[in-house]
Amino acid sequence: MTQSPTLSRRTVITGATTGAGLLLSGCDRLAQSPSVMGLLNSGEKLTYRVQRSISDRAALAPEFGAGQMSAHFRTNGNTMPSSSDYAQHLSENFVNWKLVIDGLVAAPLQLSLADLQAAPKRTQITSHNCVEGWTAIGKWTGVPLGTLLKSAQLRPQARYLVFHCADNFGATPYYESIDLIDGFHPQTILAWGLNDAMLPVGNGAPLRLRVERQLGYKQAKYVMRIEAVDSLAHIGQGKGGYWEDHIDYEWYAGI
Amino acid sequence: MNASTELKGGDLVARHRLSTRLWHWLNAFTIFTMIGSGLMIFNAHPHLYWGNYGTNYWAPGTIFYDRPWLEITNSGPHGTLRIGTVMINTTGVLGVSRFEAFPGWMTLPGSYSLAIARRWHLFFAWVLVLPWAIYMLWSLLNRHLSGDLAPTKAELAPRHILHDIVEHARLRFPTGAAALHHNILQKISYLAVLLLFIPTMILSGLSLSPGMTAAWPWLLWLFQGRASARSVHFICMSLIVAFIVVHLVMVVLAGPFNEIRSMITGKFRLPRERDPKTPLTQEPVQ
Repeated sequence: MTQSPTLSRRTVITGATTGAGLLLSGCDRLAQSPSVMGLLNSGEKLTYRVQRSISDRAALAPEFGAGQMSAHFRTNGNTMPSSSDYAQHLSENFVNWKLVIDGLVAAPLQLSLADLQAAPKRTQITSHNCVEGWTAIGKWTGVPLGTLLKSAQLRPQARYLVFHCADNFGATPYYESIDLIDGFHPQTILAWGLNDAMLPVGNGAPLRLRVERQLGYKQAKYVMRIEAVDSLAHIGQGKGGYWEDHIDYEWYAGI
Repeated sequence: MNASTELKGGDLVARHRLSTRLWHWLNAFTIFTMIGSGLMIFNAHPHLYWGNYGTNYWAPGTIFYDRPWLEITNSGPHGTLRIGTVMINTTGVLGVSRFEAFPGWMTLPGSYSLAIARRWHLFFAWVLVLPWAIYMLWSLLNRHLSGDLAPTKAELAPRHILHDIVEHARLRFPTGAAALHHNILQKISYLAVLLLFIPTMILSGLSLSPGMTAAWPWLLWLFQGRASARSVHFICMSLIVAFIVVHLVMVVLAGPFNEIRSMITGKFRLPRERDPKTPLTQEPVQ
């Protein structure tokens, strides 16, 4: 019991530093091993299930007052689709552009921007919650997706809605998907207006999805086509969205 | 309590309960995965704001700018930490490159991946939260909270707290039977971690989730906005880091062998009473 405290201090500090170093470099190797990723993914499934079970699936995302809006709604990701088709539509002010709703529907739809603007609309001031951590509050105006789905008459097998977009990452067009509970949620709209003006190109003109209880990457911009499907297995690489397939962001994107 | 009055320095006594020891070592690991993955998540947007929103975005020629109160920026080889109006040159440490506000040796994983960091963070969040909830419930039932950690009225007297601070500053720690119980500074810091920092971390973390703020809108009211909640989350993490640093320093100063043993086996050897004439530097720690 008369050991030198100096020695034991040094031992402990050296030990702790070495241990921390090993732990950190070990973590990286561990992080890439399939069994660890499998374990971490199980936590992800738990988070998903618990969140869905404790939250009312009809709960509304918080809405804000006009005085609480971001002075400017920033753009992010793709801000100008590169296809010649899109350039053509943009130069014509989208007068010949049509939204297609097809897949597992009894009555496929083709709707012009004028049709969408003439339909019953909803305006909501909501928070855009980016997975990276930034937040912007904007005022969105658009058509509730549920009313369009009712007109298109979803078939009983339909379980998901896939949004096919005009913008690309490399050669891959952007795509996203949601389930029918979010599809028929009253705040889920196809927005053609932002902050009392037409939706700017940088924010997804002519039409973007707002699915307010999920993260930013779910808010697909430049929506061209909505496809009702029974499974996401054949969409992209099977995880339901571009970022989900390419860098493993979560599909349900609730947290 | 009566038994402890007969104890003296040098006695080997039972100090930490099994539940405390299990919880301690589980979290000694978990907290580093949470901090490492959290710093990587911060790297995705190394700016903090107050209020409902903040994007660090401004277009050239416009005046729109959600000014962060804290940010780590990078420009070529130069890294800068700005807090309010204070600029700190952190070249080589913070802001090493665009996605390395915090450098790779601090983050989990070590190179930029927001998706993988989120997997670690949200997995170990469960490992942090569920055992914490069980431990708190258990500590209520076995009177760890009320008996071992709750300060007495006498201990909360400013004079007593001041005395303990002075004694700690002079590195004169309790000896003999007095070392069996937590002193007031320990009680305050452990209670702060258990009942203030961890709950604040959980609630501010949940406030970042659009699914959770739809389900529990009071979260945004509590923190006055998602951007504020992210700031609170970061500040609370910093307080936990400060706690860990002080905690480790105190373990080393108080005699690491005895302290670490007491957290593994539960057995603690009470420090011997000081001979007032013996200079502090020659005093055996154990």
